[in-house]
Amino acid sequence: MLALREYLQSYHSYPGIKIIEWKKREGMVDVPARDLPEILTYCLDMRPRPIWLTHVVNDERQLGNGFCVYLVLHFPGKDFSLTLVAKGIKDKFPTLSLIFPALNWSEREAQDLFGLQAVGHPDPRPLVLHPGWSQDFHPLCKDYKAGQDRKAFKRQPLVFPEMHGDGIFQVSVGPIHAGIIEPGHFRFYAIGEPVLHLEAQLFYTHKGVEKLLEGKSIEEGLQIIERLCGVCTVSHSLAYCEAVEKLASVEVPRQVLLWRTILAELERVYNHVGDIGNMCAGVGFALGNANGAQGKEKLQRLNSDYFGHRFLRGMVVPGGLKSIPGAKDRKDLLNRLLVLSDDFEDWIPLLQEHDGFRQRAVTAGILKTDVALDMGVTGPAARASGLANDWRELHAYLLYAELNVKSIVRQDGDAWSRLMVRVKETRESFRFLNTLLREAMQGPELDDEKLTALAGKKIRLLTPAWGCVESPKGTEVIWLMLDDEGKIYRCRIRSASYANWPAVPLTMPGNIVPDFPLINKSFELCYSCCDR
Amino acid sequence: MLSLLLRKLKIGRLTEKVRNSHLSQGSSDLPASFRQSLHIRHLACGSCNACDWEMAALSNSLYDHQHFGIDFVASPRHADLLMCTGPGSTHLLKAASETYEALPNPKWVMAVGDCAIDGGVFKGAYACEEGISRILPVDYKVPGCPPTPDDLMKALLEMMGKEVS
Ligand code: SF4
Repeated sequence: MLALREYLQSYHSYPGIKIIEWKKREGMVDVPARDLPEILTYCLDMRPRPIWLTHVVNDERQLGNGFCVYLVLHFPGKDFSLTLVAKGIKDKFPTLSLIFPALNWSEREAQDLFGLQAVGHPDPRPLVLHPGWSQDFHPLCKDYKAGQDRKAFKRQPLVFPEMHGDGIFQVSVGPIHAGIIEPGHFRFYAIGEPVLHLEAQLFYTHKGVEKLLEGKSIEEGLQIIERLCGVCTVSHSLAYCEAVEKLASVEVPRQVLLWRTILAELERVYNHVGDIGNMCAGVGFALGNANGAQGKEKLQRLNSDYFGHRFLRGMVVPGGLKSIPGAKDRKDLLNRLLVLSDDFEDWIPLLQEHDGFRQRAVTAGILKTDVALDMGVTGPAARASGLANDWRELHAYLLYAELNVKSIVRQDGDAWSRLMVRVKETRESFRFLNTLLREAMQGPELDDEKLTALAGKKIRLLTPAWGCVESPKGTEVIWLMLDDEGKIYRCRIRSASYANWPAVPLTMPGNIVPDFPLINKSFELCYSCCDR
Repeated sequence: MLSLLLRKLKIGRLTEKVRNSHLSQGSSDLPASFRQSLHIRHLACGSCNACDWEMAALSNSLYDHQHFGIDFVASPRHADLLMCTGPGSTHLLKAASETYEALPNPKWVMAVGDCAIDGGVFKGAYACEEGISRILPVDYKVPGCPPTPDDLMKALLEMMGKEVS
């Protein structure tokens, strides 16, 4: 990272750039907003190319910093993450989306929620706030106090691109769908069977969670963070706790790390198994769906039996864990997992060898490698398109360095590849769980006080910190800053679904409308943690 | 095919023992014809999706809602009951009331989960209501965050007047 540091230090050799912090794994650099595009271009030219973790806009006018943009990049291979900070923004900042399309949504969101202008943005339509809110409604500005504005919301028609030509028609679907799924509106522009273009209008479940978090204590915040998304509860709370623990400079004991890793892997396993089943549902392949749903149910019951919650809520707390299972439970847990892992191996061949299913999934919804890279795609979707970016491999956290995790990569980028990545990852996770639980069985019983290291620690205020965790869907990043009383000043949630959603419509052209359920499910994204 | 059959034999019956008698003995406010079969439409209204997944779990082989005469249908026009999850996000209110309007009479609404009942942890957020009852007439409530599939099954069977042991 020396080259990068030297570049930044010598950049135009003028005082605008200030290195605030440069440690082994993390750095933070102040840069003038107008230089952001050039510096980002330099960074993106580095090989291996950096990935984005999060992009945060913060209203720091009360602190005398104006509006601030924080962009956190990670440089793979070096396990180094750099935060670029542009302070003193008044009402506009230069767009970065033209250089790095992954930031497109985040900048549009800043326009909606802060009333700032991303100058030169290629698609400045509103994103998070649907048309119908009052013009000067910018809820994330500090001078906005949540009131009754929602009562004044009068739904206006959504804005979609026009498309003309012989035989072109539109199919609009949603926001309420036919199955038991979350709401979103999809508009297909089709000519005959093949789709020409797809517009996805999300943010129907937008509730204003980031604003709601402001002013809450760390513990109250955790309750909400756990409920950003049902199925990534552990990952979100781990990311949140990582940020809190960085601010408190807490070293978490090994036993806690061990059990946190176990929880994270349990979450991955039950999600992947369920997601594999859901992909089968996308093509009406009932056998695969039934087996997936069955496996998921059994894994969730196991969660509930040993950790008290089917979605593993309430286990991870800042500084530690609420409790860990006793010696006998550890053994039972392992035994039950071994049975479920055998069961998984038993039914997976049914899918792999099913010609009809294979034919539907192979070549459906191809996400090309360079598109995945530009759009900042993460998780199994990225790995199925040839990007080896499993955060468990890139960054040493929890016990993953010891487990020697390797990204499972496939090159084709189609629905089938995304399925196979999940299958292999599930297998790996069962293996990790086996190793981890064997270690846990040797471990001591811990009383509950030993499990939280946070109590009485001094916590850094008005300093940003982030946490990032590889969830079953990809990297979940939570960026946190506390105010001078230790309450949440700003909490930005960049979920894996938020990073991946913009890429989904790009995989549709050329496919037929009936393939959308399969393609959509092969990404298996949530709406809730995307819309917040 | 052979492997399939073998697997089937190995697993045996998955659906759990019916823990209720199939006869309508309990009390129910529903007209008699709805006690035999109930068609449900799901309405996600800003939920965190855990409640939705628990509802989806009802259809796995272990619960298998269909053998109680319960089914999830694709259109509100075919439904008797609207099961709502989430506190009622502002962007969805119009779609939610249109969905409710589309249900034929008689119709019932069930609020599933704490946040559908009173907003839960999302109380006070700028773009959601404090519970679905602010916009739709709620007849049944199932508390929990999320309620387990067992809770949901119990609530549905009770609603239909089937006895739950
Ligand atoms: S009640 Fe709880 S589990 Fe259900 S949607 Fe609300 S927050 Fe999620």
